[in-house]
Amino acid sequence: MRGATHARWAVCAVAVALAATACGGESSADDAGAVLSASWGDPQNPLEPANTNEVQGGKVLDMIFRGLKRYDPVTGEAKDMLAERIETSDSQNFTITVKDGWTFSNGEKVTARSFVDAWNYGASLRNNQRNAYFFGYIEGYDEVHPEDGGKQTADTLSGLKVTGDRTFTVALTQKFSTFPDTLGYNAFAPLPRAFFDDHDAWVKKPIGNGPYLVDSYTRGSQMSLRTRSDYPGPDKARNGGVDLKVYTDSNTAYTDLMAGNLDLVDDVPAAQLKNVKSDLGDRYLNTPAGILQTLAFPYYDDAWNRPGAEKVRKGLSMAIDREQITDTLFHRTRTPATDWTSPVLGEDGGYQAGLCGEFCEYDPDEAKKLIREGGGLPGGKVTITYNADTGSHRAWVDAVCNSINNALDDERACVAAPVGTFADYRNRITGRKMSGPFRAGWQMDYPLIQNFLQPLYYTGASSNDGKWSDERFDDLVDQANRETDPAKAVGLFQQAEKVVRDNMAAIPLWYQNGSAGWSERLSDVKLNPFSVPVYDQIKVS
Amino acid sequence: MGRYVVQRLLQMIPVFVGATLLIFLMVNVMGDPVAGLCGERRCDPATAGRLRQEFGLDRPVWQQYLTYMGNVFTGDFGTAFNGQEVTELMSTAFPVTIRLTLIAIVFEVVVGVTLGVVTGLRRGRPVDTGVLLFTLVVISVPTFVTGLLLQLLLGVKWDWIRPSVSTEAPFAELLLPGLVLASVSLAYVTRLTRTSIAENRRSDYVRTAVAKGLPRRRVVVRHLLRNSLIPVVTFIGADIGFLMGGAIVTERIFNIHGVGYQLYQGILRQSTQTVVGFVTVLVLVFLVANLVVDLLYAVLDPRIRYA
Repeated sequence: MRGATHARWAVCAVAVALAATACGGESSADDAGAVLSASWGDPQNPLEPANTNEVQGGKVLDMIFRGLKRYDPVTGEAKDMLAERIETSDSQNFTITVKDGWTFSNGEKVTARSFVDAWNYGASLRNNQRNAYFFGYIEGYDEVHPEDGGKQTADTLSGLKVTGDRTFTVALTQKFSTFPDTLGYNAFAPLPRAFFDDHDAWVKKPIGNGPYLVDSYTRGSQMSLRTRSDYPGPDKARNGGVDLKVYTDSNTAYTDLMAGNLDLVDDVPAAQLKNVKSDLGDRYLNTPAGILQTLAFPYYDDAWNRPGAEKVRKGLSMAIDREQITDTLFHRTRTPATDWTSPVLGEDGGYQAGLCGEFCEYDPDEAKKLIREGGGLPGGKVTITYNADTGSHRAWVDAVCNSINNALDDERACVAAPVGTFADYRNRITGRKMSGPFRAGWQMDYPLIQNFLQPLYYTGASSNDGKWSDERFDDLVDQANRETDPAKAVGLFQQAEKVVRDNMAAIPLWYQNGSAGWSERLSDVKLNPFSVPVYDQIKVS
Repeated sequence: MGRYVVQRLLQMIPVFVGATLLIFLMVNVMGDPVAGLCGERRCDPATAGRLRQEFGLDRPVWQQYLTYMGNVFTGDFGTAFNGQEVTELMSTAFPVTIRLTLIAIVFEVVVGVTLGVVTGLRRGRPVDTGVLLFTLVVISVPTFVTGLLLQLLLGVKWDWIRPSVSTEAPFAELLLPGLVLASVSLAYVTRLTRTSIAENRRSDYVRTAVAKGLPRRRVVVRHLLRNSLIPVVTFIGADIGFLMGGAIVTERIFNIHGVGYQLYQGILRQSTQTVVGFVTVLVLVFLVANLVVDLLYAVLDPRIRYA
């Protein structure tokens, strides 16, 4: 069997070499530099920029697209990429100038129209794009995407106007000072004409303007990306390309890494965390990512919305021994949370360690006292609901429940309630069927404090699953969005965050880290704040 | 014979309709799949509405079922949530799983039946006890333990094979997964054959054959084995469908993108089209395998005749 395997390796190597040269001839793939293989998951939705809302599809988009802005892989700061200038005088009307010299991998020039067409496509209800709401601030969104099932009365956003080959204007419905910083999100990527002319072909083999181009794509199993030799950007890939391989089980990917069949895994399975140091040594990375796990509450249930309930919630928060759970269960791949944002934002971006204060520290006596003062747990117990199909949530929910039971000296204070599938879980949440705290995870879309607060706690916001509502909070967020000075805006958001704290609108649990392990061939492996490997900087020896 | 086959084929229709309806209802009971498509946020109602309409989820279940079945008969199995046609998924998944199943069946027949004959003829001897113990171990250890252990030993420690199967999944790479998949059934086949052989060894026709002075080999293969195979064939026939649909665990361990993988993804994402489509084909495989088994009885035992 061994001989056969080796023979096949040789054949594969030849095939890859042939493919690379063949591509070098017609498109513009670069066969200098070696190709690395990395683990991948099957994207849930078709790979369109405005249709991809999970990390696996996002990985690919991050390799084949560059937007107006790009988040620095280390600091998370939004820096100009295709944007030459984004000008505004009132934080509501923006004039955007696109840099000259950018092309898509099929040779087409990136112009202002590439952006405007892409955004119009993303916003239009007709195209069923999952991320359409990202364009919700742009004027005319109501006509192209009527929220309440009304008829679509326009095809294009009236707030977008192409004013020149490389310039266009954006009119928003309200002041939104940090709008330019949101433009690094994948939904705002430009699209070539090929996307509109032959959509089916494009989805089978996407064409973008990033440092990689899609060489071949077998849906559900593998995507081969190769470095573009004619890439005009400053972040040209330092390797020959990346082969993304779909793994059903991260354990298999890890085994493949150990056996030398895979170069990079970006999700080290929980079961392997205790071996990872001895297996990989310093070829393992564990860095903070913009992911916060919380417990949300159903505010549509009077038991959680009565005066005094905030004391119960604070008490519950103090009954959770975050240190111990992150230490023993997660082997330090999560960090106890002390605010409602993420360390990846940095101090200037609005992260404030310890904002939660004593309420996020384990103190059983104080916890008991607060819960008693607040009128006790509704019905004498809490039920924590979670989805059991992904993310090994069972283990930590059980641990949190144990911690609460121990702190309150009551064996039956906390019960875990699993739901079979994620879809069913989301159904119950949107159907307002939660009767107690439930798992809520938030992975940021872009590294702004606004993204950690507004979508989650603003009245009626898209991810405000608990239907929490507080006028003071809404007011502060509105003020912050109007504020043109970034530092002042962040200050206002932090004030809003304090409102969340004072009401304990959701219990922050821990910041989640991204992890990666790699083979001896690779160096310079980094994870960006979205816990995605920075593929273009990886060197292969 | 012809009438019998037609009768059996007609019987398949209600079984087929019943089985697909059941699966259809079961997947529907799990709730609205669109809610899972938007990550940790509420889908905006307009887009969710459009998606429901696109996948036909806005209509009553019976209507969905009828439309679906109507489409199935024209060869259209619908579209999965990631925009891929289910028939396209099938065309990539089934060849892989069929190869895997073939390897498993070959293992079962060759190794299982041989071991069964050997132990059946040498009842009570050390070889019998040894194989008996071995099958006991194989049956009692769950597949995922055997799979992970062999994968770690052969793939990582000794470096004999690749721990995961590549996209093309050629026969050579599927040998180990096939063995793992077959292991439990293989043990059953061994024990079934052994019991059956041991029982028939003392029957009149074997004694007659021996008395006629036939060579031992011919007695064992033509007379003894042929008559002892009926329960084994029944088992293997039912196992074909079982191996094809039940390979989820093995396919997951070895990262094989076959039927089990697609079913797993379909269930997680509550993709009715994928799950019902694949199960429909599996139901057909089961039915046909059962028919073939019944027809094989007649071949093995001339006393059985279908009128």
